[in-house]
Amino acid sequence: MISLQGITKRFGAHTVFRDIDLSLSQGEIIVIIGPSGTGKSTLLRCINFLERPDAGRLQVGDLSVDTQRASRADILALRRRTAFVFQNYGLFANKTALENISEGMIVVDKLPKAKAHARAREILERIGLADKADAYPASLSGGQQQRVGIGRAMAANADVILFDEPTSSLDPQWVEEVLSLMKQLAVERQTMIVVTHEMQFAREVADQVVFMDDGGIVEQAPPEELFTAPKDERTRHFLRKILAPTGQAVP
Amino acid sequence: MLNLEYMWGLLPVLLRYLPLTLQMATIAMFFALILACLLAVVRVSKVPFLNGFSLLFISFFRGTPLLVQLFLFYYGLPQLISALISITGVTAAVLGLTLHFSAYMAESIRAAIVGIDRSQTEAALSIGMTQSQLMRRIILPQATRVATPTLMNYFIDMIKATSLAFTLGVTELMGATQKEAAGSFLYLEAFLLVALIYWAIVEVLSWGQRRLEIYLNKAYQR
Repeated sequence: MISLQGITKRFGAHTVFRDIDLSLSQGEIIVIIGPSGTGKSTLLRCINFLERPDAGRLQVGDLSVDTQRASRADILALRRRTAFVFQNYGLFANKTALENISEGMIVVDKLPKAKAHARAREILERIGLADKADAYPASLSGGQQQRVGIGRAMAANADVILFDEPTSSLDPQWVEEVLSLMKQLAVERQTMIVVTHEMQFAREVADQVVFMDDGGIVEQAPPEELFTAPKDERTRHFLRKILAPTGQAVP
Repeated sequence: MLNLEYMWGLLPVLLRYLPLTLQMATIAMFFALILACLLAVVRVSKVPFLNGFSLLFISFFRGTPLLVQLFLFYYGLPQLISALISITGVTAAVLGLTLHFSAYMAESIRAAIVGIDRSQTEAALSIGMTQSQLMRRIILPQATRVATPTLMNYFIDMIKATSLAFTLGVTELMGATQKEAAGSFLYLEAFLLVALIYWAIVEVLSWGQRRLEIYLNKAYQR
């Protein structure tokens, strides 16, 4: 069970978003869509304190944190219960694919090295990169790097995986392999929050789609509802703009 | 012109002092590296109080000549602290070289740390690493690669700077050459030979540096 209550973030005098409430149960998949610059990524980064929220409460699994009183230990605990997939992959440049996946298990979860490597190899198998165990990020394609990024998140055994525009930096030819890995996780009912511009993915995979604009959640609904009968004019406007050129059905 | 026979004969004599020169340089380099890493991490993490100390330390040891520092440690400090009265020239030289070069090296290590992409920090924090784990496992290994060429330059500089120890009465490579030349009056031959010896050491090191850089770059080959 994950919940955000009244999460607010400001950069100086500018309020990025205010009073965001969002909750999801185990195995649920939420996709956040919306125009650029509405704070979707910042919201995601507030959940694991890569950005410090200015108000609100966070709950992840059995941990509940008042963001204004969060101690260093709270923040570490929160980060251990969440995993993050970055737009630019963020793989450790000095570590192999295998080490990128095993690093957290060794350093944070304190697993013995042999055990962590064995688990990392299982994950490499699942993400289809068993043959790239000893490859460094610089020698991998964008799609392969992002799959390792997702593998690293899988290794964390977190309550929720947060995806921050995971396909936005990819060349078009690599998008599909990353999306299909994410769909595979969805089939396994991995709890996740995904910020993306991939509307087809949202339609297929999301339990709930959240539309954010103007520093807040405008509406939230199951995909069949949000994509076919959006209630708010801003949602309609956004969907019209983003779907029209692709020839998909326009609401 | 040149008395080659004299130079040939002098070579083994001077080479007997090479170990002392190399020992002073490696010991000073070892401690300077540790000190420089500490200073750099303190500066980057802005540790209260220690940060101010680091700034002052770096400012002083970069801002004054090495020779002045060596004289200060060898001739000056024993007047203040009587326990130091028995400080040897070698110890004073190693101490001076360590402190002097650590100040320079701290700045290049700091620059290397600051230059590591922010994504590396965020990724490490996102999987739940603490600040010190992040430093040890991710940032410092990557900064090592960036800083290595400049640190090797400082090591080369340090080997040559050991020659200043002769001003503290240490008979190392330079001190020995000085004595031999004063006895034979063949100054050109003696100092030319010692110059060639220093040059050869630096060439060997440069070769090692190239090998080291290839090794450190192996993770970054496309």
